[in-house]
Amino acid sequence: MATRGFTGRPSGGDQSERIPPGQHLVDYFPVLTAGPTPNIEPGDWKFTLKIGPRPVKAWNWAEFNSLPMTKMTRDIHCVTSWSKLNTAWEGVLIDDILADAGVEHPTDFLLAHSFDGYSTNVPLADLASGKAMVALKYEGKAIPRDHGGPARLLVPHLYFWKSAKWVNGLQFTERDEPGFWELRGYHIYGDPWKEQRYSGD
Amino acid sequence: MIEHTTPIGWQIGTISEIVQRTPSIKSFFLRLAQPFTHVAGQHVDIRLTAPDGYSAMRSYSIASDPSRSDTIELVIENLQGEVSAYFHEVAVAGDEIELRGPLGGHFLWPEHESGPILLIGAGSGVAPFMSMIRHRRSGALTVPTALLLSARTRNDALFAEELISSEDGDPNFVLALAITREAPWRASDFSRRVDEAMIKDVVGRMPSAPSHVFICGSNGFVNVAADGVLASGLAPSVIKTERYGG
Repeated sequence: MATRGFTGRPSGGDQSERIPPGQHLVDYFPVLTAGPTPNIEPGDWKFTLKIGPRPVKAWNWAEFNSLPMTKMTRDIHCVTSWSKLNTAWEGVLIDDILADAGVEHPTDFLLAHSFDGYSTNVPLADLASGKAMVALKYEGKAIPRDHGGPARLLVPHLYFWKSAKWVNGLQFTERDEPGFWELRGYHIYGDPWKEQRYSGD
Repeated sequence: MIEHTTPIGWQIGTISEIVQRTPSIKSFFLRLAQPFTHVAGQHVDIRLTAPDGYSAMRSYSIASDPSRSDTIELVIENLQGEVSAYFHEVAVAGDEIELRGPLGGHFLWPEHESGPILLIGAGSGVAPFMSMIRHRRSGALTVPTALLLSARTRNDALFAEELISSEDGDPNFVLALAITREAPWRASDFSRRVDEAMIKDVVGRMPSAPSHVFICGSNGFVNVAADGVLASGLAPSVIKTERYGG
């Protein structure tokens, strides 16, 4: 339905094919979080990989930083409708985390967990094969607290609530278990190109 | 917890009334083609579509009382964005707006009886709190509730008259205004930005520690307020935040 008198300001120009339906470009970096911003010192930081309830490996900050580092520049898309192009991240690919733990493919699904109790589910197929990382740097610097520092998940091809801030673990699950927002009305998968914003979309 | 497995479809809301609230903020009353009942704190997504098919979507909190299901009130500040500028400069009563809702399953007035509730907002961030306070009033709920509302001047304090009259008639509702660029308005108000000491003061006016804290505003405001709440001895798990995004 056309809205009377609305012409819009498509700001994408030549890049409009990079903007999923219903999204608009921003050049700043909005902050959206469901609770207070946690303050995690590197000395208190720990990342745990679990299969079901069983921890298989844990890394402290220094150990995690000694894993292979990969750079990734990607467009990101928030379900609240902003998109930001060419965001530059550096961190550890999920493939490299699993390899360091000697874990291959125990199940098809994972939950990412965060220091603040947040969680979000992502299938292994969307985390592996170089698609996702635990990012430690944004634009060449430590990730600011507001944006999930010291470390956040980066799954850039899904809506950005999947890229859990303040991440502290990944857990393989038998089934696709909904996380925080997925239990609160948001889509179980969250593909921005299919506009999978809310459950049922 | 809100679970909906059937899609919440788009529908038409017809603008029935536009009210200028402050120099930069207007209320838009939308009459719904398919009335719904929301939970106080929920939002709608608005979609504007240009003749060439370009569309723009934004989310707005519902400010009206949930018991009023046929018409919703949205509070929109003119931020000169493509959507807010459309509402402020083009939209008139009678225009049809595409929307869907109610949406959101986190920033919600508690479903069951709870301990005291503290609301902290700035500017148009008071919108979801108006729905909560109106819900509380129309349902004659007695749960102790406090609202700390920050605004630049007295004239920028959205819904101030309604809020003051709510406080006058209700011993269980506390209102504190933080007016940042003018002298305090009433003895119970503040004339500075929200800070830790102010939050401790407001928490102290409540009969017991709040079991739910809701904070809504810009990211910077929310961070200051959340840190103040934590410094008052409350647990992070009782705090829910909503931040203006892009």
